[in-house]
Amino acid sequence: MSAQASAAAGAAPGAATLYGLVLAGGRSRRMGRDKAALTYGGRAQLERAMALLAPHVERAFVSVRPDQRAEPLRARFAQIADAHENLGPIAGLLAAQAQHPEVAWLVLACDLPLLDAATLARLVRARAAGRTATAYRSSHDGLPEPLCAIYEPCSGEPLRAFVAAGRDCPRRFLLNADTLLIDEPNPAALDNVNTPEEHRLATTALPPQDALDSAPAPDLRHITVQYYALLREQAGRREERLASRAATAAELYAELAQRYPFTLARELLRVAINTEFRDWPAPLADGDVVVFIPPVAGG
Amino acid sequence: MDAFQFSRTAIETPALRTQLADPACGGYAAFEGWVRDSNEGRRVRALEYEAFEALALREGACIVGEALARFGARRAACVHRLGELAIGELAVWVGVSAPHRDEAFRACRYIIDEVKHRLPIWKKEHYLTGDSGWVNCERCAAGAVPAAAGLPAGTHAGGPRR
Repeated sequence: MSAQASAAAGAAPGAATLYGLVLAGGRSRRMGRDKAALTYGGRAQLERAMALLAPHVERAFVSVRPDQRAEPLRARFAQIADAHENLGPIAGLLAAQAQHPEVAWLVLACDLPLLDAATLARLVRARAAGRTATAYRSSHDGLPEPLCAIYEPCSGEPLRAFVAAGRDCPRRFLLNADTLLIDEPNPAALDNVNTPEEHRLATTALPPQDALDSAPAPDLRHITVQYYALLREQAGRREERLASRAATAAELYAELAQRYPFTLARELLRVAINTEFRDWPAPLADGDVVVFIPPVAGG
Repeated sequence: MDAFQFSRTAIETPALRTQLADPACGGYAAFEGWVRDSNEGRRVRALEYEAFEALALREGACIVGEALARFGARRAACVHRLGELAIGELAVWVGVSAPHRDEAFRACRYIIDEVKHRLPIWKKEHYLTGDSGWVNCERCAAGAVPAAAGLPAGTHAGGPRR
């Protein structure tokens, strides 16, 4: 579970829980390289997209083709494998809805390197849980942007009917559905990257720091994390050294919760940095040793 | 003797008690937490304790210091087991000596309560059914609120003794 999920979940009473899905099951034919693994600011796009989603969703998954499950970058995250072949991005959403029909899905394509935290936050704030979907209206052609959008649970049935009728264009699905369309605050945020040339342009368009990180100058910090008890079992290790852009203890837990099947919400944990109890907003420094402390049971 | 320590072997209480002797003290109270054979309706076969030792040692020493200052006890100590324990074994021991019994009782109670709440120590129960679970972690992970930390979960009061 994401560290900041409770803030987002509390926003709309009665709304379905929001899960995240990053679509990484494409074949990247025009790029000639795996788009999920392209790096921006030294970080793979799949990792950037998962980190961007984390504050807004209860759980996040990467959508993969069955043959991509063991691919090392994708294997770091919880996955949902497509059940349909050659259906494009809709296959990912169908599989996700089949696995968790009761939740709403915040769907993100894996080729949106310019997507910024503000644009995603605005979508989540604008979410109309009583409608079928919430999406941006493209600044280029006025049509819905289906791959940075929220699909409510009620979209499942019409989406299956749409596919059963032999159709597979998610944009067309949103056009015909009860979709709330909102305007993009940043017209370039949803420009996707399909070719090596577009990748090069996106890399130069990004500010020097990683555009996804909200903290100023998010340098890589080398952090040692030690795991105890339930977290040790779920992480499958006692200790690890990692390079992270997380600026605070809270962000680090959110990042690790994407990587490991942690079941404890951050609200149930305490955190220690360099063997001192600290608050979650405590800033991290290079060389820190961080321990997340599950509910204790001495005596 | 360190005010708070861990032990990977059986806790030898007579030696610990001797170290709290003080001519100025007329009262001594101790608490023993024992491994119980059931918890919340499940039959327990064994327990396993794990701790973030560096932080627990420091925080544990603080707790003992607080108890002395707050209740006017003269000497106090606490020892907590780590590793796998069988039913009936001593899991945690607290001893306090003070001029009078009231300070000793109250300081002893304070130490065991704070140890249970504050120290990064975790307990895994191994059940007769073959499965196991981390106390206070498994059910809250399923969405419930954290279990009340104030209640002895896997221990029995040996009772303050004189």
